[in-house]
Amino acid sequence: MSNDNDSNGSKNKEKLIPVQIMGRLYDVPESLTIMKAVEYAGYQYVRGCGCRGGICGACGTFYRLPGDYQLMTGLACQTVVQPGMMIMQLPYVPANRPNYDVEAFDGNGVAGANGALHESVRRLFPEVYRCVGCATCSRTCPMGIDVMDYVALIGRGELAKAADLSFSCVMCGLCAIRCPAEISQHTAAMYVRRLAGRYLTPKAEHLTRRVAEVQAGRFDGKLAQLKAMKRDELTSLYTNREREPDLSEPGQWKPKDAAWL
Amino acid sequence: MSYPPELKSLIRFVEKTRPQRVERARRGESYPALTLAERQDRLTRFHPDYRAEAKRALSVGSNKGDRLPIELADLLESHSRLDLDEVRLDRVDVDTDVLIIGAGGAGTAAALEAVQAGASVTVATKLRHGDANTVMAEGGIQGATAEADSPCYHYIDAMGGGHFSNAPDLVEALVKDAPVAIEWLERLGVLFDKYPDGRMKVRHGGGTSRKRLHSCGDMTGAEIMRVLRDEARNRPGIRMLEFTPALELLLDERGQCAGAVLLNLETRELYIVRAKAVILSTGGLGRLHIQGFPCTNHYGATADGLVMAYRAGIKTCFLDSTQFHPTGAIYPEQNAGLLITEKVRGLGAHLLNRSGEEFLFALEPRDVASACIIRECSEQGLGVATPAGRSGVWLDSPMIELLHGEGTVRRELGAKYLQFQRFGIDISREPMLVYPTLHYQNGGLVIGVNGETSIPGLLAAGEVSGGVHGKNRLMGNSLLDIVVFGRRAGLAAAAYAREAGAPKALSLDHVRSFERELTEAGISDGKVGPMLLPNYAPEHIRARRVAMHVP
Repeated sequence: MSNDNDSNGSKNKEKLIPVQIMGRLYDVPESLTIMKAVEYAGYQYVRGCGCRGGICGACGTFYRLPGDYQLMTGLACQTVVQPGMMIMQLPYVPANRPNYDVEAFDGNGVAGANGALHESVRRLFPEVYRCVGCATCSRTCPMGIDVMDYVALIGRGELAKAADLSFSCVMCGLCAIRCPAEISQHTAAMYVRRLAGRYLTPKAEHLTRRVAEVQAGRFDGKLAQLKAMKRDELTSLYTNREREPDLSEPGQWKPKDAAWL
Repeated sequence: MSYPPELKSLIRFVEKTRPQRVERARRGESYPALTLAERQDRLTRFHPDYRAEAKRALSVGSNKGDRLPIELADLLESHSRLDLDEVRLDRVDVDTDVLIIGAGGAGTAAALEAVQAGASVTVATKLRHGDANTVMAEGGIQGATAEADSPCYHYIDAMGGGHFSNAPDLVEALVKDAPVAIEWLERLGVLFDKYPDGRMKVRHGGGTSRKRLHSCGDMTGAEIMRVLRDEARNRPGIRMLEFTPALELLLDERGQCAGAVLLNLETRELYIVRAKAVILSTGGLGRLHIQGFPCTNHYGATADGLVMAYRAGIKTCFLDSTQFHPTGAIYPEQNAGLLITEKVRGLGAHLLNRSGEEFLFALEPRDVASACIIRECSEQGLGVATPAGRSGVWLDSPMIELLHGEGTVRRELGAKYLQFQRFGIDISREPMLVYPTLHYQNGGLVIGVNGETSIPGLLAAGEVSGGVHGKNRLMGNSLLDIVVFGRRAGLAAAAYAREAGAPKALSLDHVRSFERELTEAGISDGKVGPMLLPNYAPEHIRARRVAMHVP
């Protein structure tokens, strides 16, 4: 089978460099990512490979370079190999993740919620308060997130800010593996983001109204009419659609034709 | 790494036309969209789906005679991985009300609804929970939630985008449930992009008449998936089996679906699961690399569910149509095939040829946009060549900063910004090079509005199913699809499990009779399926793998 983007057969002429995959030496084309280099060497992934596009967090990887004491991290699918690189991928990350009920604070209302929410974080993830401020997590994060900063924000109860700062987390867990205070930063942040989404962000009122309209059957008749339409008729509706301007003001634009509203 | 000098000099053409293009965009003017007749012309002449030699007719099964992509046809006509004489079905390892195969967005949404409805739920998934195309959906989820919009316009857009081939009942369910689904996600704590008063930020996607795409930065699917997964982990009633793909469905003495044979990928054990209802949510086929195209899909997108269901006699639809996303990265080489979300064009970025000129309305439906890009790089001869020998067109992301203000790219496209910054390219200042990439399985198993198939007790949801999008899906309708039909299938499966009695005798007879059909059709090439994992070992490695018996 031809797999243009992933098989590396066409790269045979490219310069090869030595890398150590878990201690064994292989020569691989220098332009490959760690993930493709591992496959070029003949491995077939079971663990440690997911989206192959830098967003799923399956391929967190540790490596060292010759002559450098530092332990480096990256996502295998996003990091290009270097000569002499010593590579180890993480198959799994054990993390502290207590169960919780995100609906537990429904009575508190948006305004009064933050204190109760903060208290729940304190109870569920007490280790967050053990942070020693070493910033290893921030240096470790392959997404460039200032992890220590959001841990501090969680500690101070600034949950909305912590949610925002941790948003691009891919949950690879590399921070949690390196943390000397044994915090599972990524799972604590997951909880905080869900609280922020549910309680610390105003609800979309237009959405609530629309759901009520749908549930009251407001569109049922019109949809039935559309479903029953002959193809020509539907095609003509489609071709003559009015397109909302790209830069229209949120919620303000009024279409000329309101027949199907 | 950055762009090499020869590409940098071509970027000057883009920069030269940019001020005028931005001015026009500010005035609300855009490149004229194609008429329906012109669309058809571009599709017929340039879309990969229309290459007759890339397809062949199926010789067996319920879609016998249908012409499908060769890679898929070969897999649908593959042999079982099981030794049917040896496998023992009398020793049941797991008994459950609902078995869900595949734990992406659809499977997880189904699990949450089924467990909420009181069913015991077992989820089997090939890789980790959430390793699915769901996490790779970047741009957004459609839903008619704004005042100027309604499910009716959403319906019209989806039908037109699918060239009016979509199943109307499924589209109705999709558009009507959309606001409900988005509110469900909001309540679960999904962090949608909102204005300070809580109003959802919405924007256009290809083929939409209203701004209807709701987003979570440029990682909408990843955010939805991690929230759904997190919620599933809170539910003790959901039993999750990771690295445990299914090899075959099981039917019972009544011909109903009654479970599956699972494989522990690490210990190589088989598990027999007996279930009152089974939901297939195994996703799509990108990793079959149809016609050798790069793909945007996750590692496990190997059409496993299609293969198993086809053996059980489920009919498929629209599998002859594969979605090529217009904008897959082609530079740097390490990013080749990487999805560049349609949100980039939703935010106003133009597609430009080698001369820095527009050649299409950037938000044409995906198949049309792809065909236009392929035309520009072939017939028109105006593609931009990369050092690795790929050809593509510019996607002018710096326009976004000019239209929406400094910092918009980093804020709205943070993940993408980082993916290019790693290679020394600042996409808020420099355009990206793109070409169509294999993205989505438009068709799939024929389902009803609650995911039901022609076999009682077997349901399907998400990319493995077909009909919702007809021959072409619009952006933002797949995230919606997995939530809407995942939830519907979960509820329906739980209800079915309550009514249906427990299966008694488990059977693989449907696989035996499929094998007989293969033999009668003279297919004995030894190819087995489901594929489970792609094989990316290079030829020189494969050649060195000597034959040996594995005890």
